[in-house]
Amino acid sequence: MPGRVITVTSGKGGVGKTTLTANLAVALALLGRRITAIDTDIGLRNLDLVMGMENRIIYDIVDVAEGRCHLMQALIRDRHLSGLQLLPASQTHDKSSIGPEEVAAICEELRGENDFVLVDSPAGIEVGFYNAVAGADEVIIVTTPELSAVRSADRVIGLAESMGKGPGRLIINRIKPGMVRRGDMLDTFDVIESLAIELLGVVPDDEAVIVAANRGVPLANEQSTQASRAFHNIARRLTGEEVPFMPIFEARGSLLTRLRRAIAG
Amino acid sequence: MEFLSRLFRGKHYASKTIARERLRLVLAHDRSGVPPGLLNLMKKDMIEAISKHVHVDRNEAEVSLSHSKGHTRLVADIPIRSTRPGEAPNLDEQGEP
Repeated sequence: MPGRVITVTSGKGGVGKTTLTANLAVALALLGRRITAIDTDIGLRNLDLVMGMENRIIYDIVDVAEGRCHLMQALIRDRHLSGLQLLPASQTHDKSSIGPEEVAAICEELRGENDFVLVDSPAGIEVGFYNAVAGADEVIIVTTPELSAVRSADRVIGLAESMGKGPGRLIINRIKPGMVRRGDMLDTFDVIESLAIELLGVVPDDEAVIVAANRGVPLANEQSTQASRAFHNIARRLTGEEVPFMPIFEARGSLLTRLRRAIAG
Repeated sequence: MEFLSRLFRGKHYASKTIARERLRLVLAHDRSGVPPGLLNLMKKDMIEAISKHVHVDRNEAEVSLSHSKGHTRLVADIPIRSTRPGEAPNLDEQGEP
């Protein structure tokens, strides 16, 4: 069965698309799936760094599109996870050096050899966005629980729909449970209600994500932290499994739990 | 007493309530594709039309967009001071009520 092509996008930059792509790729590979991650942020490649593969790049996606190498020559295999590979972006070209048809053709070719093709989109809604979404069966929209990110997500949801890529599913990234409890951060319910879109996952803010990125070993390689468990839950949902959402993200507490918190301070 | 105020503060005084309201408004405007200037023009035209029949309070009039259940609607809140003195509320010339 040919694999699914899923594009991770957001509109606003800095919400964690690349980190999520890397971690979902690792989590899916740990589930025994064959997966290729594609970085389409041409000129600003970073997925290679987050995945710890930056020293092994020989060819990139623009080389493939322009016929300087075969697709298979440009793929970098993960050292530990046999089913995981990366197609890096070019760091020297710009977004216009590749077109939607070429990206779609690359996705189509990779689909045959993989269970999942995860496409990391650049920020913005210009040509790079259209390139990233061109070959997708499904779109994952990433937001943080902040006004500017949610507003941008709404715009991207509309664009994806107008391209016939469905309404997509949402990941709320970097939620801070303490701030949600104090009523100083939009909660899952607020965001879902505003965007009217299916929720795919909620990832808590976790310093371990940055530590992992420093090392070039995505956090999903171990399951010790809450954020990592969230990545694995999302990966399992992508494979079609029903996974309940983690209880700390329930919309709001009962009077009793609020009383307890108020006394405890 | 502090714990009591924290207990009953509820959601109303928290910043996320403000965020939610601002988000609701900005999404309604973004989704409608109606530029702010056009909204103002429509407000002016509506007030003109309604003023032919009743006195309205121009300064208190508010026209905005709201978005719920996938539909954007224009919400006009135009306070009426009184019907024009000596006139019954207008029926139009064709005699339609």
